[in-house]
Amino acid sequence: MSIKKVLTGNHAVSYGAMASRVQVISAYPITPQTQVVELLSELVADGKLDAIFVNVESEHSAMSACISASAAGARAFTATSAQGLALMHEMLHWAAGARLPIVLADINRAMAPPWTIWTDQNDSLSQRDTGWMQIYVESNQEAFDSIILAYKVAEQVFLPCMVVLDAFVLSHTSEPIEIHDQEKIDEYLPPYRPMVTIEPGKPIGYGALAAPDTYMEFRYKMQRAMENAVEIFEKEGKLFGDMFGHSYDLVEPYMMDDAEYVIITVGAVTSTARVAIQELRKKGEKAGLLKFRVLRPFPFEKLRELLSGRKKVAVIDRNISFGHHGIFYQEVKSALYPLSNRPPVFGYIAGLGGRDITVSDVVDIYEDMKKRETLEEIIWKGVKL
Amino acid sequence: MIMKNWQIPEKELLFSGHAACQGCGGALAMRLALKALGENSVATIPACCWTIISGDVLYHALKVPVFHTAFETAAISAAGLKAGLSVRGLKDATVFAWAGDGGTFDIGIQAISGAAERNEDIIYFVYDNEAYMNTGIQRSSATPWGAWTTTTPVKHPEDKPKKNIDEILAAHKIPYQATVNVAYPEDFIRKVTKAKNVKGFRFIHIFAPCPPGWKMASDISIQVARLATQTAIFPLYEIENGRNYTVSYLPPNKLPVIEYLKMQGRFKHLKEEDVEHIQRMVDENLDYILKKHELTHGTLENIPRPEFYK
Ligand SMILES: Cc1ncc(C[n+]2csc(CCOP(=O)(O)OP(=O)(O)O)c2C)c(N)n1
Ligand SMILES: [Mg+2]
Repeated sequence: MSIKKVLTGNHAVSYGAMASRVQVISAYPITPQTQVVELLSELVADGKLDAIFVNVESEHSAMSACISASAAGARAFTATSAQGLALMHEMLHWAAGARLPIVLADINRAMAPPWTIWTDQNDSLSQRDTGWMQIYVESNQEAFDSIILAYKVAEQVFLPCMVVLDAFVLSHTSEPIEIHDQEKIDEYLPPYRPMVTIEPGKPIGYGALAAPDTYMEFRYKMQRAMENAVEIFEKEGKLFGDMFGHSYDLVEPYMMDDAEYVIITVGAVTSTARVAIQELRKKGEKAGLLKFRVLRPFPFEKLRELLSGRKKVAVIDRNISFGHHGIFYQEVKSALYPLSNRPPVFGYIAGLGGRDITVSDVVDIYEDMKKRETLEEIIWKGVKL
Repeated sequence: MIMKNWQIPEKELLFSGHAACQGCGGALAMRLALKALGENSVATIPACCWTIISGDVLYHALKVPVFHTAFETAAISAAGLKAGLSVRGLKDATVFAWAGDGGTFDIGIQAISGAAERNEDIIYFVYDNEAYMNTGIQRSSATPWGAWTTTTPVKHPEDKPKKNIDEILAAHKIPYQATVNVAYPEDFIRKVTKAKNVKGFRFIHIFAPCPPGWKMASDISIQVARLATQTAIFPLYEIENGRNYTVSYLPPNKLPVIEYLKMQGRFKHLKEEDVEHIQRMVDENLDYILKKHELTHGTLENIPRPEFYK
């Protein structure tokens, strides 16, 4: 039987990991992620979750422990934020390169200095090219569901997956969540079946030296796995809906059918933008919203299909690539480039370091985009000059 | 040749075709360690010469699996393997980390300290060749005072004493730790076998000569290793629970350090007073260990002084 619980985003993640029957957890505390691992260590200690909790001395070690445990054939989980994710960087490459389907929850937190604990996406986006899949969620329910979905996809393509949620806006805010029936979850997510394992009696070298005559093929295969992951995300997201009542896609349209002007959002700000779009629609605007959910693998086809022929598009980036512009803006533009009827795309930087992005901010952005005649490289929203 | 005292298992788990240099102490160390550990074992190896020695992606020179891991992660990687195997029901597998001195004394020390303090159920081996050999003989904090390396050139040789990693581990009160030397295979096998049968964090510090790094011919590797213990530059002993010290072997006639130093190009530039300085440090260190032994056992009389090793 499924049950309803009122949970913070962090605890939704912990319950998602428990529902996924993770076997080895290793983590290190950092605000705003702490409650994820506090609850998990308690669940393990109380015997409610049959797992080993490796209580390490750093995030670098947390990721290393997950990597080795996964290589030994266990389902491994960790969670972190900002500095912790940055410290893991070397091992994030290791996890992906070793083709280990680890799941990590990153509670988006802006990078220091100056010290901050509030949300933005520069921590997770700095890891974009490590070979991890990345899911950005909008709600606590989606956080819970996405942990399960992440394992389901990761264990088919043998790539690790990051589930990303906003600091405080989600991590520390309570929402009613449906904890699905465990038997059905077990049916959806069967036990992990590793490709190869490190275990006695199997004398193999795993991750040994690859000279130029062999290395490149390993990377080619990683890219192919990513490409296949698009379809698997679609398929598993649909199946999730059939079994649990809410399906997921890589990009999700909202009021897009006849939309001429489209706003693209990522993460919790999507909920805010939904309200803005409703308001704009009431005023007779042909406004639409595109929620960007999965950044890697990149949903080229869906994105092109949904955006081609629109009048204009605005991307709201809670992140920045210094010296360039918003990262989702870059990604969307490059995906649309081959289209002959591509719309002009405008990039807005907003909400860095947890600054609120309000409904009226989104409405402003919409109106600003509509007015603009020429493309600007970067448009700042809400910066105090 | 008197071979009758030797009790080295014949079964080999390291095979020819590995990529070590001639006279590599690290390769011999693995060969000996595997004889004691047996096939119900898995290894994790961070960046070091052994990354290369074990073979590339196409072949593998060991009869046990090796997980290759990042430079500073050997200890936690072993703990992660142990956790993963345990949840799969493979609880009796011996999991060991196999790292160089750089990966142990320097960049890996945080993860080692963490794993030791948590008493993770693994064996940590450091094969100590006293420098970063894989990257071309740069100093590590295991490089002894006075030694030449490519980052401590002859005009400015290493001016800090070797870090005392054994005391650092002892401070963690781990159940078992020992120093071993590839030139003393019986002692080596005995201690690794003992370590294998202890639960919790175990640490084996291996003296492993490196002919190219130490600027000496490969055929004197064992001779030099043996001199390291005979001069007490590398004493052989065990520590249990960070408290009980047992010296495994005392040379019947302790030789002056110059006998060891003069064999190696890396010490060629040393002046007489440098050698005296090293002698003083070595004597002090041996004295300290003997005092700990006496504190543990109430006597020094029980330390073996086998003629055999002379
Ligand atoms: C994070 C990181 N920094 C540096 C290196 C480069 N590196 C590879 S092996 C090595 C030296 C290893 O020295 P040691 O641990 O003593 O083992 P040895 O090579 O002597 O066997 C270095 C510096 C690396 N692989 N990773
Ligand atoms: Mg070394």
